[in-house]
Amino acid sequence: MSTATETPVDVGAVRVDDISKTFGSGRGAITAIDGMSVHVGHGDFLAVVGASGCGKSTLLSLVAGLEEPTTGAVDVGGRKVAMMFQEAALFPWLTVGSNIEIPMRVNRVPKAERRRRVTELLDLVRLQGMARKRPHELSGGMRQRVALARALAQDADILLMDEPFGALDAMTRDILHDELERIWRERGLTILFVTHNVREAVRLGERVVLLSSRPGRVIEEFPVEGERPRRIDSAGISAQAARITDGLREEVSRHA
Amino acid sequence: MPETTERQDRHVQGLDALEQQPARGEDENGAARTAARIWSATWPKLAAIALVLVAWQSVSWSGWRSEYVFPGPDRVLPVLFDEVTSPEFWTAVQVTMQRALTGFALALAAGVLIGLGLTRFRILRSAVGSLVTGLQTMPSIVWFPFAMLLYGITESAIMFVIVLGAAPSIAGGLTSGIDHVNPSLLRAGKVMGLRGLQHYTLLIVPAALPMFVSGLKQGWAFAWRSLMAGELLVIINQQNSIGWALSQARQLNDAERLISYIIIVLVIGIVIDVFFNWADRALRRRWGLTQD
Repeated sequence: MSTATETPVDVGAVRVDDISKTFGSGRGAITAIDGMSVHVGHGDFLAVVGASGCGKSTLLSLVAGLEEPTTGAVDVGGRKVAMMFQEAALFPWLTVGSNIEIPMRVNRVPKAERRRRVTELLDLVRLQGMARKRPHELSGGMRQRVALARALAQDADILLMDEPFGALDAMTRDILHDELERIWRERGLTILFVTHNVREAVRLGERVVLLSSRPGRVIEEFPVEGERPRRIDSAGISAQAARITDGLREEVSRHA
Repeated sequence: MPETTERQDRHVQGLDALEQQPARGEDENGAARTAARIWSATWPKLAAIALVLVAWQSVSWSGWRSEYVFPGPDRVLPVLFDEVTSPEFWTAVQVTMQRALTGFALALAAGVLIGLGLTRFRILRSAVGSLVTGLQTMPSIVWFPFAMLLYGITESAIMFVIVLGAAPSIAGGLTSGIDHVNPSLLRAGKVMGLRGLQHYTLLIVPAALPMFVSGLKQGWAFAWRSLMAGELLVIINQQNSIGWALSQARQLNDAERLISYIIIVLVIGIVIDVFFNWADRALRRRWGLTQD
């Protein structure tokens, strides 16, 4: 472990090696993932796109350690992994501040320290002074930023995101892309971002991985070009997204 | 870069400001509005009470039954007033409420234990889950002969029936509360590493609370009914209580007193129902389950 942190270059933060995942057994068994390999380097931002049934969410559950792969190996080098979903899934009976404190309570962080970090994290997601609000008083975009702050409160190096902006309107999503990009760079996070919005993937990712459906495996990997901060409506992003969309359509047509 | 940061900051804050629910336009003169609201909630109730009194009085005056069996409010209300101003009345209420609270507390403990057992152990649920639901449909008075055989004419007999009546509802509220915790909250708890005791204290208990309170409310209704039946059937050493007062009034053909006590039982029921509704609403508001 200590040698791994000293030579971080080639080890990678997340190594998914030739995994498969089958749910059930016998005739009713469904193979969600078959022979998938994904490597994410330190501080990398990998976007994963695919149609329904590509095992995106399964991949994240496996990396988060919520499930075990049927074959193959998932290695995060013992690092902490945080996760965000399409729903903010904030605890409605707690204030925004107390929600962000939960992971720190799990980690037995002392109270004064928790308070300090809540203020800091709210600053980071630009929700200064919102600590005493309740989740249902916030808009969808604000709730997702609280969820992001809560995920960051886990002190994880790796952030898994399962279509976190899927339920938001376009303008809010745009802003959250900027915000996520900024926080990713400020915090040096490693992000594995799953979406079925190709433009979003190109807007955010250093690389985009295209998955096949039923079962899920990697079809192709696309490095994304373009200076950051990027704009989702720039010509460069559109052109790159178009290529990936073609690949995605081809994959979907295969199931007709 | 600082320039872009500032622009982005304003952009984010502007969107937040627009997206948050604006406070509903409110009229000035808040005190007058509050008074108007209280009045508009109160007058239908007052009108209903007046209507009932008028109807009751007319039936009593119509001579359907002699006044001595069916007195009107003109004769009952003074008796009711005399009763509630007498110290014996308050001892009776105190004895009854003490039994109610003790019985309810016992039922609460039993209900929570049973409810937790049912959610923790699948086999227990498949074994006795439907029995617990079925017990809720039992008229509690059915248990009294058995309770009196077991415990004799004692408080314990009454407590036994209260617990049998109320505990299944409380257990049911708890199990359905725990069963219906939002799965996305469970998943969030899991990825945050909530486990063991913290999984319960930080997630399951607060998430299940609104349904648990509904179960408590239902359990109380059963406890109160069982207690009233119990006090009529199980009269312990002529001890003063609401049920005893009721059966005394019947034996002495004191219709005014009898009806007074019926009204008192009704009022106690309403007061406690109002309390539970208030708790339920406060919880729902805090949990964000209602919009207002």
